Amino acid sequence: MKTLIIAELSAGKELRNSTLAAISFAATAAQLAGGSYDILVLGSEPQQAAETLAKFGAHEVLVSADPSFEHPLAEVFAPTVSEVGKEYQLLVATASSFGKDLMPRVAARLDAAYAGDCAAVTSASDQLVYKRPMFAGNAFGDCTLSTPIQVATVRQSEVEAAKETDSQSPIRQVAKSPDSPAAQRVEFVALDAVKSERPELTDARVIVSGGRALKDKFFDVLEPLADQLGAALGASRAAVDAGYCPGDFQVGQTGKIVAPELYFAVGISGAIQHIAGMKGSKVIVAINKDPDAPIFQLSDYGLVADLFDAVPELVSALKAG
Amino acid sequence: MKILVALKRVADPDNANKVKIPADGSKIDTAGLEWKINPFDEYALEAALRLTENGSTPKKREGEVIVVTLGPKETETTLRGALATGADRAIRIDANDDELDGRIVADALKKVVEEEAPDLVILGKQAVDGDSNQVGQMLAERLNYPMATFAATIDEEEAGTLLVGREVDGGVMQLRLTPPCLITVDLRIVAPSSVHSKLTAKDFDYNEGVRFAPLPAIMKAKKKPLVVKDLKDVSDLTLTTSYQGFSAPAARQAGIVVNDVAELVQKLRDEARVL
Ligand SMILES: Cc1cc2nc3c(=O)[nH]c(=O)nc-3n(C[C@H](O)[C@H](O)[C@H](O)COP(=O)(O)OP(=O)(O)OC[C@H]3O[C@@H](n4cnc5c(N)ncnc54)[C@H](O)[C@@H]3O)c2cc1C
Ligand SMILES: Nc1ncnc2c1ncn2[C@@H]1O[C@H](COP(=O)(O)O)[C@@H](O)[C@H]1O
Repeated sequence: MKTLIIAELSAGKELRNSTLAAISFAATAAQLAGGSYDILVLGSEPQQAAETLAKFGAHEVLVSADPSFEHPLAEVFAPTVSEVGKEYQLLVATASSFGKDLMPRVAARLDAAYAGDCAAVTSASDQLVYKRPMFAGNAFGDCTLSTPIQVATVRQSEVEAAKETDSQSPIRQVAKSPDSPAAQRVEFVALDAVKSERPELTDARVIVSGGRALKDKFFDVLEPLADQLGAALGASRAAVDAGYCPGDFQVGQTGKIVAPELYFAVGISGAIQHIAGMKGSKVIVAINKDPDAPIFQLSDYGLVADLFDAVPELVSALKAG
Repeated sequence: MKILVALKRVADPDNANKVKIPADGSKIDTAGLEWKINPFDEYALEAALRLTENGSTPKKREGEVIVVTLGPKETETTLRGALATGADRAIRIDANDDELDGRIVADALKKVVEEEAPDLVILGKQAVDGDSNQVGQMLAERLNYPMATFAATIDEEEAGTLLVGREVDGGVMQLRLTPPCLITVDLRIVAPSSVHSKLTAKDFDYNEGVRFAPLPAIMKAKKKPLVVKDLKDVSDLTLTTSYQGFSAPAARQAGIVVNDVAELVQKLRDEARVL
């Protein structure tokens, strides 16, 4: 079996860490089914990312450079990914917004079935079995696909990132495929990127998340704590909807799925959709003034208190060492 | 604008933690949970209604909103609900859930789109039962349409193009689509100023969330057209995705409640060793 990993770059050049989850998932699949994996890198300036990716045990790293690959538009990427991918039996990317947008589109182009957001891959009777979360993480389904080519995306928080090896994969250039008619009717206008010095939510060791209770003091209250812990900032939907923080802070079924070592839920009630995004965290701390808040049912350490008192006190205690 | 919206009914998502999995792992049992419209599809419908009115007089529809579902007879309740909210007509493709997978749903919807030739197709970004998140993207590719997934804002421009803000990792990406095209919507599409049709004043604000059908509209919806089609007439019936079994995630034990901040810090440091 041959597996192809689709790498994810930002601004067409910089390798995103999310790619490492797809590599480790593909390596497992390749081991189970026997065979090797290649990595495909599409970008406007993908060379450096390709060189980094050459250290991850791939049989080959395939590179397609074109100015139109600066922004990840599925209409623009799908023809090349499919053209290269048709020689493979399994295509894998990470279930980031990039992978979730692109890969089902590629699957449809290749008449392939798609398993999204997989937590694990195993094999049974010569078939790959994709374990996927369903019902907001309240069930796992073991899914098999019966098409000659299969397409999957991987939940980053569920697999360990692949590590560099001593190997050096050959790098080969591949041509960009002609645009599809769909590409002519979509235009990239802008990316309003949220700039932050903090770690990315999906990579962070510690996350401090705030809910509706923070009001317009979201940053005033939570930033000192996050600074003290070197943490990423997250939020509930209610906090985002109310405009207390940007949309890409959202943790949950429809936000980021995270699994840090330490997760603080501050003024968050613990709705099922929020829990879906953070219950994989190793240690969960909840600060809430309502002793009956559902978040306490899954937190390791609960503190019943007014957050506006407790968080500053916590910051001082941590500073005092 | 003529808009087609795909709707699915799902087991009550706010109680998804009550699903049961029998010991043999043969199924996900949702017995006892109420059927509801998939929340993202409810938002898709709201977006379609906003795009076909001028905001201030929402009863007057400019263009047409057609809702379509694949499901058994009971899903007509979901379609009637959408008609009562403001959709003009409905299509049901008769199918049981176990006859469907992402490819079949996409292919069946493709057939309907080809017959109806709408300017815009709107879907939810994902159905929250299977959390599959694939039908919209597959349908767009099958139709060779441009798409904007995970949309948080839609503005119809003078030229008829659509400026769409997509929520992506790390920010918001703005795309301009030329119809016919496809959009899948995210939560914030129902914020007060997320959607503007060409006719709506740019500073017009809706109420947060989706609209509800007034009682007379519910009565009137019973008379709006609803046609039923056979699945085999709109798609090949071969399933290519199947589930071998199901399991419940490992349960998390509730921990302890600490008395104060000092105890919290001490526990995190000495017991959990995460500081
Ligand atoms: C389709 C769909 C998808 C969704 N996806 C997500 C998702 O991805 N992520 C997500 O988070 N939500 C999601 N939601 C929303 C979810 O259902 C909840 O509405 C949301 O998580 C609630 O946010 P919250 O806990 O901040 O607010 P609330 O539920 O209002 O909770 C606020 C909490 O703060 C506490 N509090 C108030 N004041 C103080 C104080 N001074 N000190 C301490 N505590 C205080 C209260 O006791 C309460 O528990 C989704 C909903 C739907 C329908
Ligand atoms: N049975 C169905 N009937 C109508 N629309 C559906 C059906 N299944 C999925 N959809 C549409 O496709 C979207 C994505 O679903 P999914 O890919 O299953 O997560 C949903 O939000 C609906 O808009």
